[in-house]
Amino acid sequence: MISYVFWGSLALSGIKEGMLVWILFLLCQVGAPALAQDLCQRDAPNGYKVRISLKTALGEDAYEWNQSEMFFFQATMAFAMRRHFQMETYNVDNIILCVQTSRVSFWFVVTSPDNTTMLIPKADVEKAVRMSRHRINNAFLLSDRTLEFLGIYPTLAAPVNPDTPPWLIVFGVVIGAVCVGIIALLISSLLQKRRKEKGMTEDGQDEEDMQVKGVENGINLDGTYNRGFTDDDRFTKL
Amino acid sequence: MRCLQVSNQDLEERIPSYEELEKLENEEAGDRPKWDNKAQYMLTIVGFCVGLGNVWRFPYLCQSHGGGAFMIPFLILLVLEGVPLLHLEFAIGQRLRKGSVGVWSAIHPYLTGIGIGSMCVSFLVSLYYNTIMAWVMWYFFNSFQETLPWSQCPVNANMTGLVSECERSSPVDYYWYRETLNTTPDIDNTGGLQWWMVLCHVSAWALLFICISRGIETTGKAVYITSTLPYAVLTIFLIRGLTLKGSLNGVKFLFTPDMNELMNPTTWLDAGAQVFYSFSLAFGGLLSFSSYNSVHNNCEQDAVIISIVNGATAVYAATVIYTIIGFRATEKFDDCISGNILTLLNTFDLPEGNVTENNYDQVLHSLNGTYPEVIQGLNLKTCDLNSFLSEGVEGTGLAFIVFTEAITKMPVSPVWSVLFFIMLFCLGLSSMFGNIEGVLVPLQDLGVFPKSWPKEAIAGTTCVLCCLVGLIFVQGSGNYWLSLFDSYGGSIPLLIIAFCEMVGVVYLYGIDRFNDDIEFMIGHKPNLFWQITWRFVSPAIMFVIFVFYFITKVQETPMYKAWNPESENFPTLEEKEYPSWIFAIIFILAGIPGLSVPLTAIYKCLRNRCCKKDNEFKQDDLNTIAKQVHLTDEATKNKPDIPETADGR
Repeated sequence: MISYVFWGSLALSGIKEGMLVWILFLLCQVGAPALAQDLCQRDAPNGYKVRISLKTALGEDAYEWNQSEMFFFQATMAFAMRRHFQMETYNVDNIILCVQTSRVSFWFVVTSPDNTTMLIPKADVEKAVRMSRHRINNAFLLSDRTLEFLGIYPTLAAPVNPDTPPWLIVFGVVIGAVCVGIIALLISSLLQKRRKEKGMTEDGQDEEDMQVKGVENGINLDGTYNRGFTDDDRFTKL
Repeated sequence: MRCLQVSNQDLEERIPSYEELEKLENEEAGDRPKWDNKAQYMLTIVGFCVGLGNVWRFPYLCQSHGGGAFMIPFLILLVLEGVPLLHLEFAIGQRLRKGSVGVWSAIHPYLTGIGIGSMCVSFLVSLYYNTIMAWVMWYFFNSFQETLPWSQCPVNANMTGLVSECERSSPVDYYWYRETLNTTPDIDNTGGLQWWMVLCHVSAWALLFICISRGIETTGKAVYITSTLPYAVLTIFLIRGLTLKGSLNGVKFLFTPDMNELMNPTTWLDAGAQVFYSFSLAFGGLLSFSSYNSVHNNCEQDAVIISIVNGATAVYAATVIYTIIGFRATEKFDDCISGNILTLLNTFDLPEGNVTENNYDQVLHSLNGTYPEVIQGLNLKTCDLNSFLSEGVEGTGLAFIVFTEAITKMPVSPVWSVLFFIMLFCLGLSSMFGNIEGVLVPLQDLGVFPKSWPKEAIAGTTCVLCCLVGLIFVQGSGNYWLSLFDSYGGSIPLLIIAFCEMVGVVYLYGIDRFNDDIEFMIGHKPNLFWQITWRFVSPAIMFVIFVFYFITKVQETPMYKAWNPESENFPTLEEKEYPSWIFAIIFILAGIPGLSVPLTAIYKCLRNRCCKKDNEFKQDDLNTIAKQVHLTDEATKNKPDIPETADGR
C-alpha cells in the first residue's frame, strides 16, 4: 500500500509534494493507535465499563489479573461478537480496552472488522453480551454479580411455578389426618354409647331376675339396693 | 377479720361440705372428669400459662426496659402478684369443684357476673388466638420448600424486575403483609375473605376440635406433646443459635442491665401486666382445670412450681430468641458494611481488599477529607448494630418477619422453619385448650346446651360458631381487627375480673373459711405470706395496674399501624386513627366483660326483689350418687316393705 501511495504521489505531483504526502501518511500510521485510543475512553458513547471482583468470587483461589487475562477477555468478547452476528469475522484487535484500574475495571469498545474506525453500536454489543453471558462468566469462573457489564442488567431467572403449590399438598395431608381423626372420634363415641346401652339392658335383666327370685323364694335381700348403678345415664356420662 | 366480711347467707347450702368432699374422694367416680395422673394436670397448666407471650412479648419487654434490670421488677411482681393469684385460683377451684360460673355463683349468686365475665373474655380471646394459629399453620405449610418463599422477592408480571412493593420494603415484609394477609390500607376496607387463610383457619379449628372434643380426656393426651415439644425445640434452637456468628451480641444486648430503667414507673407497670397476662389468670381455665383434681392435691406446691416454670421459661425463651436475633442483626450489619465498602471501591476504583471492616472508618474519614462532595453523593447507609438489634422484635412482627428473615440466612432453612412453626403452634394450641375450657364449662354450667347432648356435640357446636365469627380475622383487614381485640378485649376486663375475684374470695367467701378449706385440702394453714398477699398486697397491685392502664388507654387516641404502600414513609407502618364507629366495638369488647360483674349482680338483685323466691338462691344440689343413696335410705326407712321393681325410681 505504501508503494502505491509513493508512486502515485510521485506521479501526480513533483517530488516535493510527494514527500509531503509521504510524511503525512507516516504520521497517520503512527497516529492510528492514537486514533484507536480516542475511540476507547472513559464514558465512551459506544463503550461499556466492565468491573471484575475476583476476591469476592473466588476468595483464596483468586487468580491474578494481568495482561494475559486481558487478552483472554478480548478473545472472549470477539467470540461473543462472532456468535451473535455469525457472518462477520471479529478478531482480538477489534476489541479495544482502556482505562484499566486496580479495582479491576476497564472500558472497552468494539470496532467493526471491515473498518477499524467505525464502532459497533452499544445496542448490538449488548445483544451479543446477553447472548453469551453465561459462557463469558464461565470462562472467568465468575458470575453475573462479580463480572459486571455496567448498563447490561442480568436477566432474571424465570420463576419456578409448580403445578400445585407445595403448601396445598401439606395442607391436604394435615386436613386428611384431621378428618380421619374426627371420623374415628365419632365412631368410637357411637360404639361406646352402644356398648353402654347393651350393658345396661343386660344388667336390668339380671336385676329383674334377682328381684323376682328374691320375692319368689321369700328371701329379703340384705342391705339397701343401690339404685345408683342402674340409674339413668346422668351419672355415668361425662 | 370478721368485721370486714360481708354476711353470706346459705353459703353452706351451695357448696359441698368436707364430708361430701371426702365421700367424693373415696367412694365413687362422680360425674366430674378426673386427670389420669398428676403429670397431665401439670403439663396442661404449664401449657396454658406458657404461650406465645413468653416467646414474643417478654423478650421485647426485657430488652426495652433495661435488659437484665427488668428481671428485678419481673421477679418481685411474680412473687407478690402472680403466685398468690395462682394459688387462689387453684385452691378455690379444687375446693368448690366447678367451672368459673359455678364457683362464683356458689360463693354468692350476685358474683355470677365474674364467671360470666371470665367466659366472655375467654371467648373473645379464643376467637383471635386461633387466627394466630391459622397464620402459624400457613407459614408451616409453606416451609416445605427448598427455597423458602419469603427469602426472595417475586418477579413482576412483565418479568422486567421485582415486584415494586417488595423491592421497596423487603421479601419477608412483602410475604407477610401481601401474600399471607393481603392486608388493606385501612380498617374500613374489608378486602374480602382470603381463601387461603380461610382454609388454614378452618384447619386450625378442626385440629382444636379433635383435641378438645372429650374435654380433658382428649386434651390430657394431647398435652404430652404440645407442652413438651416447645422446650425441645427451644433447646435445639439454643444449640444452633449459639453456634451462629453474632449470637452473643444478641444475648448481651438482651441482658445488659440499665438500672435507670427501674426508676421509670412504666417498667414496673409493664412487668406487672406481663406477669398477670402470662399466668392466664381470670380466664376461668385455671379454675376449671383445678376442679378436676383430687381434693387433697397440694395446690400450694403446684402454684409455686408453675410460677417458677413460667418465669424460667420466659427467660429461657428470651435467651434463645435473642441468640437468633443477634445473628440476624450481625448479618444485616455485615451486609450493610459490605455494601458501603463495595460502593467505595467501585467509586474510587480501589483494589479489592483495600477497605475492610476494620479500616472502613479510617478510609471513609480520609476519603471524606479529600473528596467530600463525592462521598455526600454516594448516600452511604449508616450501619448501627444496636438499631438492627432493636428492630421490630415484638408480637407477630417478631415471629413472622424478624425470625423468618433470620431463618432464611441459616443453612438448611426449611428444617429450622418447620421446627420453629411447630413450636409456635404447640405453644398456642396448649393455651387454646385453657381458653376453650374457660368457654365450654361455663356454657355447660349455665345450661345453654341441652343436657342430652354429648360432650363432642357441645365442643363441636362451639368450635363451629367460633370459626364462623372468627372469619372477620381472615379478611383483608383482619390484622387490624386482631390487634383491636388484643388491645381491648384481652386486657382491661381481665384486670377487673381478677380484682373482683380476689375481693370476692377474701371478703365475701371469707378468708377464714378459705384458710380452713386449704387446711382441709393440704393439711396445713396457709402461712403469713399468703395471708398478707391475699388480703392486701395483690389486690392493691391489681388495682394500681388497672387504674394506670385505664388512664393510659382512655387518654390516648386509639391509633393503629397500617401497611399502606401508598404512604410517604413506606415501608414504615402508617399510624392511623380509628374511625368513629370502632368506639362502639371497643366498648363491646372491653365494656361487656368488665361490666358483667356489676350488671349481673344488679340483675340478680332485682329478680330476687321482684320475685321473692328463696329457692332462687339455692343452686342445684350436688347431684351425686351418694346423695341419691342417702335419699333412698331416707325413703326406705319410711316405707320398708314395698318391693321395688327394677325400673322404679
